[in-house]
Amino acid sequence: MSTLAYTLSDTSTMLRRQLKHMIRYPSLTAIIIGMPVVFLLLFVYVFGGTLGNGLGGDAVAGTAAGGREAYIAYVTPGILVTTIAAAVQGTAIGVAMDMTEGIVDRFRTMSIARVSVLTGHVLGSLIQALLGVTVVLAVAVLVGFRPEASALGWLGLFGTIALIAFGLIWLTVGMGMAAKSVETASNTPMPLLLLPFLGSGFVPTESMPTWLRYFADYQPFTPFIEVTRSLLAGEAVGGEDLALTVGWSLALALIGYAVAKRKFNKR
Amino acid sequence: MNTAKSLAIEARSLTKSYGDNDVLGGIDIAVPEGSVFSLLGPNGAGKTTTVNILTTLVPADGGEVFVKGRSVTRDADEVRKRIGVTGQFAAVDGLLTGRENLHLMGSLHHLGKAETRRRTEELLERFDLGEAARRPPATYSGGMKRRLDIAMCLMGDPQVIFLDEPTTGLDPSGRRTVWSIIRELVRGGTTVFLTTQYLEEADELADRIAVLDGGKIVAEGTPEQLKRLVPGGHISLRLHRADQVALAAQALSASAFDADQLTVQVASDGSVRALRALLDALDREQIEVDELTVHTPDLDDVFLSLTGRVESAA
Repeated sequence: MSTLAYTLSDTSTMLRRQLKHMIRYPSLTAIIIGMPVVFLLLFVYVFGGTLGNGLGGDAVAGTAAGGREAYIAYVTPGILVTTIAAAVQGTAIGVAMDMTEGIVDRFRTMSIARVSVLTGHVLGSLIQALLGVTVVLAVAVLVGFRPEASALGWLGLFGTIALIAFGLIWLTVGMGMAAKSVETASNTPMPLLLLPFLGSGFVPTESMPTWLRYFADYQPFTPFIEVTRSLLAGEAVGGEDLALTVGWSLALALIGYAVAKRKFNKR
Repeated sequence: MNTAKSLAIEARSLTKSYGDNDVLGGIDIAVPEGSVFSLLGPNGAGKTTTVNILTTLVPADGGEVFVKGRSVTRDADEVRKRIGVTGQFAAVDGLLTGRENLHLMGSLHHLGKAETRRRTEELLERFDLGEAARRPPATYSGGMKRRLDIAMCLMGDPQVIFLDEPTTGLDPSGRRTVWSIIRELVRGGTTVFLTTQYLEEADELADRIAVLDGGKIVAEGTPEQLKRLVPGGHISLRLHRADQVALAAQALSASAFDADQLTVQVASDGSVRALRALLDALDREQIEVDELTVHTPDLDDVFLSLTGRVESAA
């Protein structure tokens, strides 16, 4: 076998290990998916009526009605991106658990493609994130969300979700590697869950005070959410948002990868 | 690399420090193929650091290490193909079953499905892990976990295995099981590098022992050679009558005596011949003895006198 074939074989071995972990330890997956579902229901049924009225007529195209119905359309993309942020919480925990349990030292004394230890985590989390997004989207549809995406739009949507997840997962792999303990690892990615709130996830950034709006408009989650929102609504995606989404995702992935690799080899 | 034809492990003037803390101060290690080498030392002596360097986990600051003739720095992957490592803490996947843990190793060694299954079942059988095969290690006893750990490091059929304190935390029967596993491995031609803080363990298993203390090897040799390093074999007598102490001391050319305690100490190698001569002398002088003990130096004496943890009794 060539080096590439070994790398692929080791990566698929590590991915199978991660999938088994998901099945053996379903409570983590359940929490990761359950939390955004609770958010969705909370924001739609508790806050939705009022917030929807505050959106203004053209915040969401095609829903002139306002109220709860308008808010479902507005908030679902935000919740989907929040779902990714929730999924990657588990990544940092999983990586840190591996690092503290000695099994990784065993891997490091074996002649294997070293990166596979991390890529196994990345692919496992990617599957978990896509699974989460699918479940949350299904719940959204059940409570009245009506996506308008074309077939190509759906493809684009899942591509975008996967790309965002890829960036955030590598970032949290880096956080998990850098954490000294599992407890730390479970805390460091927490702020990621707040970012959709401090962006265009739950209310339009125009309604925020200027200083906050400045942050909201320039942080990565706003373009993430805007691209997701356009694709779900079946609208043309803004070029700048798309460029920012690709750029941020790759930049976050690169930062996480660099940290993770350095920590992995230095340990 | 022709430096290490008959040596499975060779380390030359190995140094390692973390910040200001010099963990290893230039140690040399030479382990012949097919032998058991034990690195013996108290906690914090640098045993685990040594294992980490020898197994490519951590780079040394200075010195050279060859395992099976391959440099651990320049040829790390070739070294990794030839070694099996069982660290101080059981390195098993807690969420996979025993069998799945072994399958994982088989896949990572690229053994192929059939060979992975065959070796897995063989190792489960050999290490008496049959009932553990379907359960995750969280439910195992310490001994079972350790057996699975060792079984995992054997999946790749290593030529050299490193065991870092393999019996720490095990009960006596678990310890004996691990010992018999190690002996069996050596019979099969595997070279074993073992660290331990138990002298008994090194004595039982090792062909050669190096005593590591404060990052330096303070003594090295076979268990017998090490025991000879410490003088102090003697026979202690406690007499019945105080008025015979001086007489006994003279008749036996005692090394020390204490009339108040009624004790006499005679330097001796503890052999039967020496003992018989001593008893004959006691008979001749009609000296009444309450108690007689033979003290031969054991590795504890060596260890304690070399590492200076406790003043040697001898």
